[in-house]
Amino acid sequence: MVPPPLGGEQALRLLATMWRIRLFEEQVSLLKRADQVHGLIHSSAGQEGVAAAVCSQLRDADVVYSGDRAHGHSIAKGAPLERVMAELMGRDGGLCRGLGGSMHLVDLEHGFLGATGVVGGNIPIALGSALAARLRGEDTVAVVFFGDGAVQAGHFNETVNLAALWRLPIILVCENNGFAEFTPRSAHTIVERVSDVVAPYGVERATVDGNDAVAVWDAFGRYLASARAGGGPFLLECLTHRLGGHYEGDPGTYREALDAADWQEKDPILRLQRHGIAQRWFEADRPAVLEAEAAEAVEQAVRFGRESPFPPLELIEGLVYADG
Amino acid sequence: MAETTYIGAITSALADAMRADDRVFVLGEDVAEGGPYTATAGLAEEFGTKRVINTPISEAAITGVAIGAAQSGMRPVLEIMFIDFITLALDQLVNGAAKAHFMSGGQLTVPLVLRTQGGAGHRGAAQHSQSLESWLTHVPGLKVLMPSRPVDAAGLLASAIADPNPVVYIECKTLYFRKGEVPEPTAPVPIGEAATLREGSDVTIVALSRLVGDALEAAGRLAAEDGIEAEVIDPRTLVPLDLETIVESVKRTGRLVVAHEAVEHGGFGAEIAAQVQRAAFDFLDGPVARVGAPFAPIPFSPPLEDAYLPGADEVVAAVRELVRG
Repeated sequence: MVPPPLGGEQALRLLATMWRIRLFEEQVSLLKRADQVHGLIHSSAGQEGVAAAVCSQLRDADVVYSGDRAHGHSIAKGAPLERVMAELMGRDGGLCRGLGGSMHLVDLEHGFLGATGVVGGNIPIALGSALAARLRGEDTVAVVFFGDGAVQAGHFNETVNLAALWRLPIILVCENNGFAEFTPRSAHTIVERVSDVVAPYGVERATVDGNDAVAVWDAFGRYLASARAGGGPFLLECLTHRLGGHYEGDPGTYREALDAADWQEKDPILRLQRHGIAQRWFEADRPAVLEAEAAEAVEQAVRFGRESPFPPLELIEGLVYADG
Repeated sequence: MAETTYIGAITSALADAMRADDRVFVLGEDVAEGGPYTATAGLAEEFGTKRVINTPISEAAITGVAIGAAQSGMRPVLEIMFIDFITLALDQLVNGAAKAHFMSGGQLTVPLVLRTQGGAGHRGAAQHSQSLESWLTHVPGLKVLMPSRPVDAAGLLASAIADPNPVVYIECKTLYFRKGEVPEPTAPVPIGEAATLREGSDVTIVALSRLVGDALEAAGRLAAEDGIEAEVIDPRTLVPLDLETIVESVKRTGRLVVAHEAVEHGGFGAEIAAQVQRAAFDFLDGPVARVGAPFAPIPFSPPLEDAYLPGADEVVAAVRELVRG
């Protein structure tokens, strides 16, 4: 089954999402230094191509799970920028009323069932959502994002076995940025490609350049169409690059930074802009407009967050259990 | 009312819940074959293997799967075959299920029942016999149930399945084939209500799971041999705990013995003792006594296991010491 290729308006939507994520993350980095967002912050700057190309093909009813580097995924799935920002600030107006923070974002309305601070912890949970869809006879699809560091954990391997055994409509999206926290992949495993890890299970799989949004769009679109029609599971490995450290404040002494010229080549936003202009998908001046709109939206998000009150103390013991 | 075994009451309650609600399904190791103690026997025949799902021995992943299905609107009843293996599921249970509602600001709910069973006395040695309930009571967001009688096994399971929160429902393998009266169809027993199973004026015995039967036996002996009238309370649910019923009883009797099969050190008895002394300190005629297992893994050798396990004798001794003290 061949999904529609990326083109004009759709490419602009992707670019808009990528700019929103990039500028959001850059702003968060500044706010972290000013102590206005709190806790452990894991920036997804540099990895926007994957989040945008995957999530913009999904419906609200499709569920997305993520890990600790989740801001971009939640934004791409439709979470309002200002409510993500307010959550990072610990405010009542945040997605989770300030009870979750950066690593535990959830936006049920848009099908973002959540991030987790446990590396790989949401992989089996995502499979449970896929099982629920199958049991109810729905054509919704479950997608879970995780880094290459999660692949060495037991729950990843247990889940791949179950997903293959039960042939559930789940798409495992690995953002392989080459680093598990502070350590290069080669120091943790002899298996270089994540897609090779699942080979014995017969899971349909591919490795693509995750900084090429067009490649991610095409590969994910094929898997999505197949999952909708009852196929699965699938694994899409996206080779990408974490622009910053593992968390905000990480000095990153364990790796060499890309020089600016190399990053110009690799940057998923600039690449899609160059490609779109060359393909005549949009005029050369359109991307700058999107960037400016994103900057305005991020500014508005910061204002919203600052104006939102901190949650009331009653919330501490008031939301431990659901009523009923 | 019909005379039913504890395990039969569980099977009936599961079947009733599955008949009443399409969202309820069962998953776990060997559940379609009924499991090692027949808790799920016959369910696959009635409801099919789409709703009675055998899983590989992957406790972490199947617990995650149950959480995800619950978050997506289903009502999974997950079986962890022995509570000893809940260790493998704890990340999902503690970091996932217990916190999802809270951390999402109330957006997510996890209506999951995790059925498991513990208890020693079957020569299973230290990895198939433990009583680990106190770990679970330490995790905000989980409810923890421990029925001792068939009627509560059925009724609490019905309530657990209807509850919107993750509930850990802990059975006792020693009790599986004991019989009791159980209404048909299943009558729900409210979560958070203790049952006073014997009234008495001299001492209150709060006992969990298997020790409830032992406490009743002990109370009979104490009445016959010592003229001591013991009140026996089964909390039935540890979280939430019906402290009121216990405190009200202690205010009348002035003495409290807490008894469970789990290791005494750090056991749930310590929590009950602490809460009662705070609520009824002026009514206590002596220190709260605890009956539990020694601070040691469960030994395999039969005479050692028998000596290790607390039972009616230990409850009688604890009451006598308290009353005479």
